[in-house]
Amino acid sequence: MNMPAQTPAPVPDAPLLLVEDLKCRFEVSKPFLNRVIEREPRRWLKAVDGVSFTIDRGETFALVGESGCGKSTVARLIVGLYEASDGRIVFDGRDLGQLQSEAERQRIRRRFQMIFQDPFASLNPRWRVERIIAEPIRVFGLLNDDAAIRARVGELLTQVGLSPADGRKFPHEFSGGQRQRICIARALANNPEFLVCDEPTSALDVSVQAQILNLMQDLQDELGLTYLFISHDLAVVRHMADRVGVMYLGRLVEVADSRTLFENPQHPYTRMLLATIPDIKMEGKRHEIVRGEVPNPITPPPGCTFHPRCPLVNDRCRSEAPHLLPTARGHLAACHAIEEGRQ
Amino acid sequence: MNTLTEKSKTDSLLARILDSDIFHSFIRSPVTVVSAIVTVVMIVAALSAPLISPHNPFDPATLNLMEGFTPPMVANEFTGNVYWFGTDAQGRDIFSAILYGSRVSLLVGFAAVGLAAVLGITLGLMSGYLGGWVDALIMRIADVQLSFPAILIALLIFGVFKGIIPPAMQDQMAIYVLILAIGLSDWVQYARTVRSSTMAEKNKEYVQAARVIGVPAPLILLRHILPNVMGPVLVIATIGLALAIILESTLSFLGVGVPPTQPSLGTLIRVGQDYLFSGEWWIVLFPGMTLLILALSVNLLGDWLRDALNPRLR
Repeated sequence: MNMPAQTPAPVPDAPLLLVEDLKCRFEVSKPFLNRVIEREPRRWLKAVDGVSFTIDRGETFALVGESGCGKSTVARLIVGLYEASDGRIVFDGRDLGQLQSEAERQRIRRRFQMIFQDPFASLNPRWRVERIIAEPIRVFGLLNDDAAIRARVGELLTQVGLSPADGRKFPHEFSGGQRQRICIARALANNPEFLVCDEPTSALDVSVQAQILNLMQDLQDELGLTYLFISHDLAVVRHMADRVGVMYLGRLVEVADSRTLFENPQHPYTRMLLATIPDIKMEGKRHEIVRGEVPNPITPPPGCTFHPRCPLVNDRCRSEAPHLLPTARGHLAACHAIEEGRQ
Repeated sequence: MNTLTEKSKTDSLLARILDSDIFHSFIRSPVTVVSAIVTVVMIVAALSAPLISPHNPFDPATLNLMEGFTPPMVANEFTGNVYWFGTDAQGRDIFSAILYGSRVSLLVGFAAVGLAAVLGITLGLMSGYLGGWVDALIMRIADVQLSFPAILIALLIFGVFKGIIPPAMQDQMAIYVLILAIGLSDWVQYARTVRSSTMAEKNKEYVQAARVIGVPAPLILLRHILPNVMGPVLVIATIGLALAIILESTLSFLGVGVPPTQPSLGTLIRVGQDYLFSGEWWIVLFPGMTLLILALSVNLLGDWLRDALNPRLR
């Protein structure tokens, strides 16, 4: 098979995951008959509209944004739950869209896993925990002997801070935080290198959130995992991420190192988001509120999709979509105002 | 608290059942307990018919024409035999006929429900999971079928098979055709219920977790979704059993069901109604009562099960 540009052999410097101009649209048209009678065209929702980023081995890349900005869709596209309408996802030098056989697809799937948002829906209520955790082991045929599988499940449960005896229980016997630990144990069962975490703590109590996040960081250090971390919680992202991508209406508007982004946000949208983080020093002062609402993604505004809410808007922003360009401070930002130096 | 949880862990399966919510709600409803006992007694009686019936009503050698039309609990004027439920024109014991008849009724009922459930669940799972044109096709067929009464569909299927099967085979094939006709007329409810539950389940994250690791769709349906959509199916199947038994009796009453050589409750009622106006009321009354009690108790069981499995009504 011809493999242009990338070689199958892993290059240490190459990013583990490369996403290039990823697009995904969903059809939201009315049913055929209504469309014909009401003379309406087919309508599409561009959930992800040309997103590109890379994730290096061992780092945590976070995607943040308001709800509906397409961050979860990106996660689902990468793990193959949705099909991309356009663009490439390259994992360790292999283009996921170009995989030929099911066996090849399974070999790649073995190397990544996903942790979901709702720990109450992500475990089959009729399965015992040990069967849930053993499922990836069985599907990928990693161990064949029942006793070995049971031993491995016990090991995984211990690794996430539960007891091997918990394997005999059903999911409803656990609390939200414990369930999320079970989800993590399942995600680790096939020894993945790359974990996609779709808001893994947003359904949990704040005190439990911290425990889960620390567990995830410990596992990352221990197993050398790479995370794609999806969240709308900026405090969590600041705690977890090495690099951050800010999404708005299906596009990346700014990508930067976590520290530089939080200390010195460039894009007007990022600034607006960061201003919403409660700060202990600001006590007594009135909070700056995010202005306006996210426009309807079915009919996004022309030009820069952020222009109706942007304080730095001019005519160019209303007609021409900005591209992600490097800024003077080492960020990548998609903003005409930054490019032109209008601050 | 601690000792309680440890105790429940070591308890046997029987103890777990006795301690479950379902069992408690069962015990607390006397109507349900009675209908469960009645249903079980009737099923056991039907299964053990050859053992407990006074004679085989369909073995001509055991029949005595002199005993024809013996009223219930009255000694026959020639032989002095007493029959609980009386005898019919050929001197056949009605009680034995009912025992053998309920065998046929129950067999057809269970088999038809099984067929309808398997067909309906399979189509419902496919419809709900695959969506798109598969869903549209299956559901439009279901809609068309639902716009006719079930008995009309069953009659139609019965008629078609009567045309296909050679006349010599018809009597022995009748019972299978009956099962097929009732089963095919009743799958729609299962398909619709399973479809809607499947559509809700397939978007839950445990199904997506299975898809992420590449579990093939048939296995996802079988192992993940099916166990989670079976609750409502169980309820429909119980109520469907009563309906299937009644439908079978209706078809047999209309003369298109099982042949008189292998009568079901419906056949017995049909035969008996000829004598209703000549005073031999017991020939039709007892099979009719049996059918009524059987259908009623199965129905009551189904009603209870629906409430017991519905968390909102607890």
